Amino acid sequence: MEHPIFEIKNLSYTYKDKMETTPALRDINLKIDKGDFVALVGPNGSGKTTLIKLILGVIKPQNGEILINGKSLKNFDAWQEVGYVSQKSNSFSKGFPATVREVVLSGLTKEKGLLRRFGKKDRKKLDDVLELLNISGLKEKNISLLSGGQTQRVFIARALISDPSILVLDEPTVGIDARHVKEFYDVLLRLKEKSVTILLVTHDIGVVVDHADEVACLNEHLHFHGTNQEFKNLGEAELSKIYGFPLQLVSHDHERECCS
Amino acid sequence: MIHALLEYDFMRFSFLSGLIVGLIAPLIGTFIVIRRLSLIADALSHVTLGGITFGVYISSVMGTTINPLITGIMFSVAGALGIERLRTVYKHYQELAIPIIMSLGIALSVLFLSLADGFNQDLFGYLFGSISAVSISDLILIAVIGIVVLLFIYLFYKEMLLVSFDEEYANVMNISRWIHFMFIIVVALVISASMRIVGILLVSALMTLPVAAAMRVTSSFRQLMIVSVILGEAAVIAGLFLSFYLNISPGGTIVLVSILILLVTILLDRIGVSKNDTATGSV
Repeated sequence: MEHPIFEIKNLSYTYKDKMETTPALRDINLKIDKGDFVALVGPNGSGKTTLIKLILGVIKPQNGEILINGKSLKNFDAWQEVGYVSQKSNSFSKGFPATVREVVLSGLTKEKGLLRRFGKKDRKKLDDVLELLNISGLKEKNISLLSGGQTQRVFIARALISDPSILVLDEPTVGIDARHVKEFYDVLLRLKEKSVTILLVTHDIGVVVDHADEVACLNEHLHFHGTNQEFKNLGEAELSKIYGFPLQLVSHDHERECCS
Repeated sequence: MIHALLEYDFMRFSFLSGLIVGLIAPLIGTFIVIRRLSLIADALSHVTLGGITFGVYISSVMGTTINPLITGIMFSVAGALGIERLRTVYKHYQELAIPIIMSLGIALSVLFLSLADGFNQDLFGYLFGSISAVSISDLILIAVIGIVVLLFIYLFYKEMLLVSFDEEYANVMNISRWIHFMFIIVVALVISASMRIVGILLVSALMTLPVAAAMRVTSSFRQLMIVSVILGEAAVIAGLFLSFYLNISPGGTIVLVSILILLVTILLDRIGVSKNDTATGSV
């Protein structure tokens, strides 16, 4: 039997300071299968980024367990199979003296391993991923001269160059205009066709429910995990309870928006 | 000076040391500058001064000669480890590590200077650089450090670029912790190697000024490294010539030439040699 890509069992995490403790996640159980496109939604401070950090091994679980491909996170070392786009990615580029080529190639660092330098095959991968994201013309451009939408695609290219089977994106569309957001989802759908498992953290629940297969709703606890259709069928009362303030989903044409 | 180079050993030692330092200081400086850690070089150079004054003091007490460069390196590496440790203690105020270690370095220097009965000519050379103080053993030590630095950059270039550009992503890829540790040790070694020529008080200038100048006219990281080294070497060679003919400490002349180069690049940038025009990086 094929293992789920991610299996999270009884996961809890609390931030501890000298003065106080702040619970971020409590008793989370979640399974994500291969090729699924899962949107992780929830209000600010609901633990979404904490969950991503735990999944990526940046912080260690205090209680519970995370399995990737059936392997405990502690024993997992194939990080080249995981592409990651951070919510801070755009801010890193400001004034950094590097070209798009250098930034995107850096996504192969783990795959190449120590002491090996980039070669012809890597340059071919670079050209392919730039073409996929329609940014081939930017290859020699300095990263700090790009627009927000272009920068975002560069970081997605960096995450994709190692041909990952898992893509984790933490609010990648913040500060991006509507046209580029649409292009961004088009890219995700193309990746989904290639059976890439996608975990997308977003506040953009109106748009995401039309693209994701499943939605997981987090606010310390996992309040909901189901198909996008089941999420659409959630009542206002249930959504408002999860978000902690009055909320409704508004449909118009093919778009749905979230209003408070 | 060419005649002097052929004639005197100390001139050859200084010139060769200068060439090595002009290569490795801007090379490692590119990573320091883009990681916004420029002040680390200052902190470690003051700790190195503490090590040098300790070496001078121990030599005077024990009546033997200990090369202060060795004690300087030991203190510098210890200071580097101290900064790394403190950065994890003050996670949200990591820059606090720098003034803490810097003041420790200055305090130790004052302490050992006082114990060693104050200032002497050797210490003046360490503070501001000296063209005549470079011995064959210094040159060998500087050459060994040069090889270590070049090897480090050759072997870990792609890891260093990733860590410098996006530490969070490097963390996710599980490569950041050990590379940062190695990097800071290499920084400590470069500072120790550079101080004979430019002096402790000016060593951070040779690591940052050529990079600051190169940033104005380059667009890729690789170009930045190459142009920084060319400007660093130009500053060292011109500075050593001026130092020889004007009979002043090379540290001052090298840094002044670096500042002059920086002003020229800012001017060139202003009059239109933009980053876009030079975008021809390769991998």
